[in-house]
Amino acid sequence: MPDAPILAVRGVMTFYGAIQALHGVDLEVARGEIVTMIGANGAGKSTLLMTICGNPRARAGAVLLDGEDITGLPTYKIVQRGVAQVPEGRRIFSHMSVFENLQMGATIVDPAHFHHDLDRVFAMFPRLAERRDQRGGTLSGGEQQMLAIGRALMSRPRLLLLDEPSLGLAPLVVKQIFEAIGRIAREEGVTIFLVEQNAYHALRLADRGYVLVNGRVRLSGPGKELLANAEVRSAYLEGGHA
Amino acid sequence: MAYFSQQLINAVTLGAIYGLIAIGYTMVYGIIGMINFAHGEVFMIGAFISLIGFMICSTLGIGSAPVAIILVLFMSMVFTAVYGWSIERLAYRPLRGSFKLAPLISAIGVSIVLQNYVQLAQGARFKPGGRIVEGGFNLFTADGFDVRVSWLQIVIVIVTVVLMAGFSLMIARTPLGRKQRACEQDMKMASLLGVDVDRTISLTFVMGAALAAVAGMLFLMYYGIIDFFIGFLAGIKAFTAAVLGGIGSLPGAMLGGLLIGVIEVFWAGYFSSEYKDVAAFSILILVLIFRPSGLLGKPEIEKV
Repeated sequence: MPDAPILAVRGVMTFYGAIQALHGVDLEVARGEIVTMIGANGAGKSTLLMTICGNPRARAGAVLLDGEDITGLPTYKIVQRGVAQVPEGRRIFSHMSVFENLQMGATIVDPAHFHHDLDRVFAMFPRLAERRDQRGGTLSGGEQQMLAIGRALMSRPRLLLLDEPSLGLAPLVVKQIFEAIGRIAREEGVTIFLVEQNAYHALRLADRGYVLVNGRVRLSGPGKELLANAEVRSAYLEGGHA
Repeated sequence: MAYFSQQLINAVTLGAIYGLIAIGYTMVYGIIGMINFAHGEVFMIGAFISLIGFMICSTLGIGSAPVAIILVLFMSMVFTAVYGWSIERLAYRPLRGSFKLAPLISAIGVSIVLQNYVQLAQGARFKPGGRIVEGGFNLFTADGFDVRVSWLQIVIVIVTVVLMAGFSLMIARTPLGRKQRACEQDMKMASLLGVDVDRTISLTFVMGAALAAVAGMLFLMYYGIIDFFIGFLAGIKAFTAAVLGGIGSLPGAMLGGLLIGVIEVFWAGYFSSEYKDVAAFSILILVLIFRPSGLLGKPEIEKV
């Protein structure tokens, strides 16, 4: 189905045991778009990204990739269909070198592409090339974030999910990371779905945005519009960046 | 000096066998954080399959020892690996994600089942066999004491060193080894990169079982006699070796195996052979009290 959105989430409900984290989330991401979801801590943003990847599985509703239902698939099969995630907390393999982390990223890709892809990632993040043989656990937060993004790119994703890439990083590094995300979308043609607490940068970058409150989509619209919205400004941008 | 050298040669041989078994404990622990208490039984199964293999070889009239060893090695590894795979599938995978003690109890259950199964199928008596490498040579003579190295000891050490080297290389260099290390550190992240975690865990059990099968074959050839109960003691000693070396660490398992072999043989040689098992287990207790992470264990704290 070529006109189906690359990602569609329909009425998804996710539970942790008896606790419901998502109360019927609906959203769509079209091919080539950058879509942002903002929300407070605990709103269910990370849960949503993990549910898209099948862990935990949605108890109700459906996740469609290119119009195909992937709700019941195991995580690794969803990933094999071109979904990559830069998860919350980056989850670098700290005992492995930068190079090995990137090799892990290329798990599902034909080894023939490896060197070409590696060069691309190193061109995007030259710092990773310098740290090539260093252990992942010894990198700074910003470098780990670059590595997490680079590792996700090594799987040649069509859809890249990013969970709070700005978390815990210095403002200058945050700027670099968001620039890189913009480049990935424009130059590599990767569709991006980003969840963030850092509403300013995320919405400015995005074509469209959603606001998640307590496991439900509260608002949606073009990124610039949401940035101008009074509710968004008071809840997510108060005293923030100008 | 001569007596010491002889003991050392014997210790290294025994330590090699313990080391091979210990790798299975340490790998499974590394990847799923569980002690596979049925691993000793897997070793015992490997010894029995080797026994049957050697019988088949002699029935077929395969007289050449190297050919027979390679055939039996292959056969024992394959069949024992199937056992390892099935154990994981039947007894551990359904319990993944349940409370931590559940798979431990299940492992003990598997261990009892396997012991009784072999006892029923093969009988409870000692089974002789596998004595196909005889002879040796005098290394040197001192104080009227011949220091002997048997060909079999050389075979055991060579087979062990080759397997351990190949195995370490596999873990360090191949995509499969990398996946295993990734699962060890963060299963969720590994699955987010497209690693089939269940399959990787299965393969870890399979590899551990294959190495235990080799240990079983070498044990059979060395002692020339086995019964359904050998897995218990050898299993606990190899477990001790894995803990001593640092559970989860591959070089640790090899080092620990060697040290347990040395401790056991020297204790028996210089103090009393009745208490050699006590010596090995005292080490386990001391390590658990004073250095729970073992000699080469990874430190628990990581920079975040």
